[in-house]
Amino acid sequence: MKRATLDALLAAAADKRAVCRVVDLESGDERIVDEAPALESDRATLEEADGRRAFFQPFNPPLRMLIIGAVHVAQALTVMAKELGYAVTVIDPRSAFLRAERFADVDRTDDWPDEAMTRLAPDRRTAVVLLSHDPKIDDPALEVALKSDAFYIGALGSKRTHASRRERFEARGFDAATIDRIHGPIGLDIGAKSPAEIATSIVAEITAELRRPR
Amino acid sequence: MSTELLETARAWHDAGHAVAIATVVRTWGSSPRPAGSMLIVRDDLLFVGSVSGGCVEGRVVDEAAQVMEAKAPRTLTFGVSDEEAWDVGLACGGTIEVFVEALT
Repeated sequence: MKRATLDALLAAAADKRAVCRVVDLESGDERIVDEAPALESDRATLEEADGRRAFFQPFNPPLRMLIIGAVHVAQALTVMAKELGYAVTVIDPRSAFLRAERFADVDRTDDWPDEAMTRLAPDRRTAVVLLSHDPKIDDPALEVALKSDAFYIGALGSKRTHASRRERFEARGFDAATIDRIHGPIGLDIGAKSPAEIATSIVAEITAELRRPR
Repeated sequence: MSTELLETARAWHDAGHAVAIATVVRTWGSSPRPAGSMLIVRDDLLFVGSVSGGCVEGRVVDEAAQVMEAKAPRTLTFGVSDEEAWDVGLACGGTIEVFVEALT
């Protein structure tokens, strides 16, 4: 790899631009392209043509995790999500919850959840995690999430809490299939109790949604 | 792919080290790391990242040291290990192809 290629890949990452490196495996000749099927699938691929082999290595911007509710579980979850490579944003209009001392090294916003979510525009590489337990905060964010392509949407709360959440969204005109996208109660059922355990069940569920073949 | 490992490559290169990059370019059957996985090797044989579950990294680091000298890239293939022959290979039963190149 040429140093100029390395610098270009890192510059694209800093600008959150998706780029694909294409390298000829015999000569080592390389180039960078903005569009390739490997970027769409986020899988490196080897292509053979005329006896030459070209390796396509995608570098997509990091997956994102948008966490609504700067609560205790969110503190554990941000640490794990960063380790898994997610770019994390915590959304909570309550500034007492969102203090920098509680959430070091992650993006934070105290905008109203619907405004923050609209601005952050979840896409198919985004997971949305609702943790505030307060419909005033969670629901406006959830509404934006359900209209987006987010690959994962999860909401904290008991079965009963989730049943009333479903009723609220039915009343707002969302159909059952759309509401079914919400993972509620959130997380894999591993009997989690502590905030760190609940965060573990959430990152496991998100990983399953991301990686399991469908 | 994450660019974290490439940042390490840049930092080592900036510090005046020779650096090689090994990348999984193809896998067959059960393999521990997918295509695109990288191992970054420094001239004092310090390495970060992985191309397998730890089965073949030692061999790849040796090859990387040679590639740093020769500059020409090479492609290595690793299959199932032959334990009796003390051969380097993968315990999982898969096969991987690894592209090793110098950072120039």
